[in-house]
Amino acid sequence: MTGSADLSHVFRRAVPSVDRATLRFVRNYSERVVVRRGLLQPSPVSDDVGVMVSVQSGGGTGYAATPDLSETGLREAFRRAQGWAERTADCHLLREQSIPPCTVRGEYRTPVVTPWSEVSLGDKVTLLRELCEKLDVDSRIVDSIARLWHAHIETRLLTTDGGDVEQHRSVMIPQLSATAHGNGVTQTRTFGSEGYGRQGGYEVLDQVGFVAAAPNVAAQALELLDAPNCPSGVRDLLLDPDQMLLQIHESIGHPLELDRILGDERNYAGTTFVTQDMFGNYQYGSSLLNVTFDPTRPEQLASYGFDDEGLPARKVAIIENGILQRPLGGQVSQSRTGMEGVANARASSWNRPPIDRMANLNLEPGDSSFEEMVASVERGIYLETNCSWSIDDSRNKFQFGCERGQLIEDGRLTTVVRNPNYRGVSRTFWRNLKAVGNPSTYRVMGSPYCGKGEPNQLVFVGHASPACLFGDVDVFGANQ
Amino acid sequence: MSLGPINEASVADAWNAGVGSSPKGGILMRDLFHDLADQISDLLEGNEAFTLSYGGEDSDFLRFNHGEVRQAGAVRQGYAYLDLMDGARHAGGQMTLSGDSSVDGARAKALVKQLRERRRFVPEDPYLLFAESDETRARVAGDTVPESKEALARIREAGRGQDLVGVYASGVIERGFASSFGQRDWHQVSSFHLDWSFYHRADKAVKCDYAGIAWDQDEFQSKVDWSKQQLEVLLQPSQKISPGRYRTYLSPAALQELLRLVGGSGFSERARRLKQTSLLRMVDEGMELHSSVNLSENVADGLAPGFQESGFSRPDQVSLVQGGALQDSLVSPRSSKEYGIPTNGASSFETPQALDLGAGSLRDREILASIDRGIYVNNLFYLNYSDRPACRATGMTRFATFWVEDGRIQAPLDVMRFDDTIYRILGENLVGLTQERELRIEAGTYQGRSVSSVRLPGALVDEFTLTL
Repeated sequence: MTGSADLSHVFRRAVPSVDRATLRFVRNYSERVVVRRGLLQPSPVSDDVGVMVSVQSGGGTGYAATPDLSETGLREAFRRAQGWAERTADCHLLREQSIPPCTVRGEYRTPVVTPWSEVSLGDKVTLLRELCEKLDVDSRIVDSIARLWHAHIETRLLTTDGGDVEQHRSVMIPQLSATAHGNGVTQTRTFGSEGYGRQGGYEVLDQVGFVAAAPNVAAQALELLDAPNCPSGVRDLLLDPDQMLLQIHESIGHPLELDRILGDERNYAGTTFVTQDMFGNYQYGSSLLNVTFDPTRPEQLASYGFDDEGLPARKVAIIENGILQRPLGGQVSQSRTGMEGVANARASSWNRPPIDRMANLNLEPGDSSFEEMVASVERGIYLETNCSWSIDDSRNKFQFGCERGQLIEDGRLTTVVRNPNYRGVSRTFWRNLKAVGNPSTYRVMGSPYCGKGEPNQLVFVGHASPACLFGDVDVFGANQ
Repeated sequence: MSLGPINEASVADAWNAGVGSSPKGGILMRDLFHDLADQISDLLEGNEAFTLSYGGEDSDFLRFNHGEVRQAGAVRQGYAYLDLMDGARHAGGQMTLSGDSSVDGARAKALVKQLRERRRFVPEDPYLLFAESDETRARVAGDTVPESKEALARIREAGRGQDLVGVYASGVIERGFASSFGQRDWHQVSSFHLDWSFYHRADKAVKCDYAGIAWDQDEFQSKVDWSKQQLEVLLQPSQKISPGRYRTYLSPAALQELLRLVGGSGFSERARRLKQTSLLRMVDEGMELHSSVNLSENVADGLAPGFQESGFSRPDQVSLVQGGALQDSLVSPRSSKEYGIPTNGASSFETPQALDLGAGSLRDREILASIDRGIYVNNLFYLNYSDRPACRATGMTRFATFWVEDGRIQAPLDVMRFDDTIYRILGENLVGLTQERELRIEAGTYQGRSVSSVRLPGALVDEFTLTL
């Protein structure tokens, strides 16, 4: 086992004489247990450990990442980071920025009731086999998967300004999937498309209803085989929280990242239709839209006490009553713009530098019950579980697909339909938000796969939301 | 591209060439990896056996925005994956390699102990298949990558006066395999990849890349000049067009995005058996693409290693589509055992590593005339399926996309969403493929720098469907 306990001594001995330096240690221990069609698949453990050091010197900034935690290894990393700081002193974008030093000291730890290690591998395999049996209930089920993914992520941030932040986060991501095939049709139904990942221990499985979900996943995969194709046309759209997470992520989260607004992502993840002058006045959505940045919710997937540059986490309003308030930008982006932001400088691991990310971005509950929203719709559709996502580089024109649709006709849920898709434009879509579900429709969800950055980085993000109703959306199905 | 052929080289030659950009890079890492395999061999008990795969790199990354450096740094990383077997029971785990033999040996010892414990709970795996070769092979290429500080100077010069944004990555990439049966494989490439855009305003930009194992300043400058010429067109007011069907040219970079999507499941044997391949209609209904479409996995001409993570060799060529008709699939060792067919060295994901789309008869210089009236697309973005079994995909045009009329570029276009099937784009509506092809190295760096590549032409398509 390699931990961060001895790092501060080695850091002090290895750090060169420069304006400012940091060391960020990451150890990510993970296990996956996968049962497919009743058979245990290769289920690897992984122990990833290393450090990134950064150096500011003479206006330049450089970093170096190494898996060698010895004093010699850190000295070599500092030498390389210092080399890049010196070589970029005359051409670094931030050479004239005054970025406040990190002097924070603190700790954060995910509350865990039942640690992953307290349940034997044998018991986990038994559980997943039982769930696979519940998925594999018909000869038309051609594939079934039950999976658990656990990670324990330990980080330590040390700075030459006295900062010292240690964090331990435990994550559980359960997954179920059933694929049915018959009469030339293939349909896959999942347990929220990996959207039920949370921080915590084994108790997360009970919190999200993992075991109870399996029969319904299989039944709905079979149901979709015989369902008609989703009809095309403009209609009201009621989105389940397991699709809202994607809708929030792509058309609110990414457009509001301050590094995108500043142009850093234009060559890869893209730019944004949002500009700095919109904050404080732009009508992003209807008055029912309230969005918060909240890394402090203990059970949510992307919670933490501090971001990866040491900024303390707190809950902040991003959109209030439909008006855009604040961008998603960490300390560096805040210094570049003079704008107030949030604690969201995050790195995927020890081998990538922090950039602006979403963490938990949540849509606050309203006051409509699910039944009231359905009853209010004359011609609409209720969509569950994302299976396809695409949006333009300015985060405007999107097209999303879902696993399952159910028509709403004259205030009632009626026919189940397959292959539902919808498309729209972010600028106008949120302004057609007609109703926001109350807390009884609210679910805490997230995704382990948010990609961004050059070099590329994947991070966990959280999106909690109620069910939401939108007016006049272009909905369509598959080719026949 | 300035990518030259990868030469077979002896380990001694590589030592002499001084491959590797740091004390721990390249061949020294190979020796540490082989030493680790020897240490693990000494830990085996009874009938135990193991396979050990490795992926590592020693890279510099320079990130640019507004023509200046946004982030600059170096990353050295190395990961070993150990599969510890006892008959058909096995357990696997990944560990970070520090580069220090004694530290890594201790980590391997702990991992072996942990995997033995996990194996107690694991039933026999009926689909376990591993290589039992005792061969030793090494393939080493590239010792002419410029120093990153030199590359930085050239990039800054090229971007002078431009709003340049993008990333430069360079250094050594390593892949290795070892087993208790004596097999030792090593694959090492030193390469660079500059992926950049020149921006005019908002989303109006020209994207280009330059990659290879040896920097040719003339070739780089010609790409920079091409980008600047295209940027001139973007200065004109953009034209709006309505959703509809248009005659469209997809550049090699745009077509690469489409093939990347299809390659995610399209050629996988497992996906075919489980009815999840996006080419299901070719498998089940005998549908075909245009007769000029010839696709293969062409490891011989790519950057990917000639072995996969379980130690099996990859053949030089696997024919995937011939004359528009579906041919072989990519078969991993696990699928081989499960379905009773030979493996062709595919990775466990059964995705192409060196996809090759054969050339057609259209000439690059005649493309605008061939379009006559329609759209010239340099890049596509954010593709996904809108109907996977029908291989219907949606995505966006991005960067320099132009309206063409009377065989001449008239104006830049605002971004448009497409939604169309592969059977129309590379089937009934394919007018032709270009004679000229590009070797495009995968720019993705999520787990690390990639050794995947694709060689392909551009495509002229009738009635390409735009929806938004």
